[in-house]
Amino acid sequence: MRWRHVRAVAAADLRRLLKSRDYLVPLTILAGIFFVAVPGVMLPLIGAAERSPVMAQVGEIIGTLPESVRANIAGDTPAVRTAYAFAVYLLAPIAIVVPLTIAAAVGANTIVGERERGTGEFLAHSPLTVGEIYTGKLLASLVPGYVATAVGFGLYSLIVNLTVGRSLGAWFFPTTGWWFLIVWVVPPFIAIALGIILRLSARVRSAAAAQQASTLVTLPVIVASYAIASGLVFSPATSALLVGTVAWIVAALVLRSGARAVRRERLLGVAADT
Amino acid sequence: MPAAIEFHRVTKTFGSVAALTDLDFVAPTGSVTVLLGPNGAGKTTTVRLTTGALKADGGSVRVLGLDPADDDEGLRVRSRCGVVPPKPAFYDQLTGWENLEFATRIFDAEPEAARRAARRFGIDHALDQEVGGYSTGMRTRLALARAVVHDPEILLLDEPTAGLDPESSRAVLELIAELAGRGRTIVMCTHLLHEAEGIADQVVLMDGGTARAAGHPDELAARYMPDPVVVFDAEDRERLDVVATLPGVRAVERNGGPVHVTFTDLGVLPDVVADLVRRGVRLTRVEPLVPTLEELYFRMQRTHREEAP
Repeated sequence: MRWRHVRAVAAADLRRLLKSRDYLVPLTILAGIFFVAVPGVMLPLIGAAERSPVMAQVGEIIGTLPESVRANIAGDTPAVRTAYAFAVYLLAPIAIVVPLTIAAAVGANTIVGERERGTGEFLAHSPLTVGEIYTGKLLASLVPGYVATAVGFGLYSLIVNLTVGRSLGAWFFPTTGWWFLIVWVVPPFIAIALGIILRLSARVRSAAAAQQASTLVTLPVIVASYAIASGLVFSPATSALLVGTVAWIVAALVLRSGARAVRRERLLGVAADT
Repeated sequence: MPAAIEFHRVTKTFGSVAALTDLDFVAPTGSVTVLLGPNGAGKTTTVRLTTGALKADGGSVRVLGLDPADDDEGLRVRSRCGVVPPKPAFYDQLTGWENLEFATRIFDAEPEAARRAARRFGIDHALDQEVGGYSTGMRTRLALARAVVHDPEILLLDEPTAGLDPESSRAVLELIAELAGRGRTIVMCTHLLHEAEGIADQVVLMDGGTARAAGHPDELAARYMPDPVVVFDAEDRERLDVVATLPGVRAVERNGGPVHVTFTDLGVLPDVVADLVRRGVRLTRVEPLVPTLEELYFRMQRTHREEAP
């Protein structure tokens, strides 16, 4: 593996992505909605709705949660407890789909898109090995997903701590479970989504189809993040370690399978169905 | 001259479609070989097999003495080949320079080589623009520049003038001739007969995935048009009908214009002219026909159709 070639492939894709407004703008809006707008609007509203009848209903719903989950919900008043529950168990697990969506969109564009645009022909005739092409494109797809995770949850943490944390008297997010999720669990799920795209690149003809199929990863990651953050089964750290380890193993297998799907003739688009 | 590219009984199929069937041809080092044939003749597949982008199902492909289908040898082949595909594609969001720079990194070439190539193909003035805004001609020039950044020994050009205006086409063909003059081996695919005129050292007529004929245009002319042909024209063309009855004339072909007369021996031409003048035919043109590639192509096609079982 010649890393200068891998870097060249990854750099070209990232440079292209940074110049693609049709990709950057919707993905930035998506991230902005889930990481900034929704928590930025909802959490202060919940905090201000202490006497609202809705708050009592939400409080009742929280009361139905398992004891292990309820024990982890901090706050002295129903409004603070509700805001805490929203921040940790509702909004964050939904926001986790953003990095997955971004990685899937970029991955589908960089890998399957080569065939759609016809740019794969240049790579097919080039002295790059298939492994160098694959690794370069994988890096170019992983980086935006990981950057979105870091920046997105950084902003999310800031908003949560400035709103709910102020009522609690301390900054609390990311909680232990969420630290593990962000650092140990989300990355392999991003890798799994990309592996699926690569594997499917041999079967589907469009980047959009590959991207849609990769969203199958979204549901398991939401369930896993809820279970880990709430400590539903084990403690957050233990469950995150378990889920993350399994996810990394699955990611390694899926990526290995995806690597076999990248072939020169497929870059040419002449053997998509073979 | 040693062979730069050798195809021996090469076959390639896509599903149930045979793209190449027992293709044989040799491109000598430093020559210009034109693969001539209609769409679907197998020209693009031949280019792709040459670099190892595709692997043959049967037969043998050797390029610069190496097997392009082999992982290691294929890398060495591709590092010594430059390819201009029929529809050159680029990263449209990147500038011309960024696309060329990407090629230099992949081919381990110096950035200065990219600038030189851009100047040579007259695209250096637009390198700061995004390729998405390029015209077809500019894209082809950029594709040519990209194909030579690493000074390849073999240049494979697949329909390099497709979609170009006549002026740009001519410029591209002149540049190909210039590269050939510098000793590069060039393989050019085209279905436009006039493109091959003047630059081809060898023409390979392809049809149905196989080589129907190959050789220098003069050799092919001698093989497929062995009898001398003379073009006759007269003030009153109707009166040229009589030429078919004269001794030494093998065939007469007329398509509404001047008459093409095939002789068994060119030595009888003065007698034929004298005979026509004696009969009162006022000749306006008597000119030996130097067959164009187009005439040769259709003659070869006709011959192969007639020979087909």
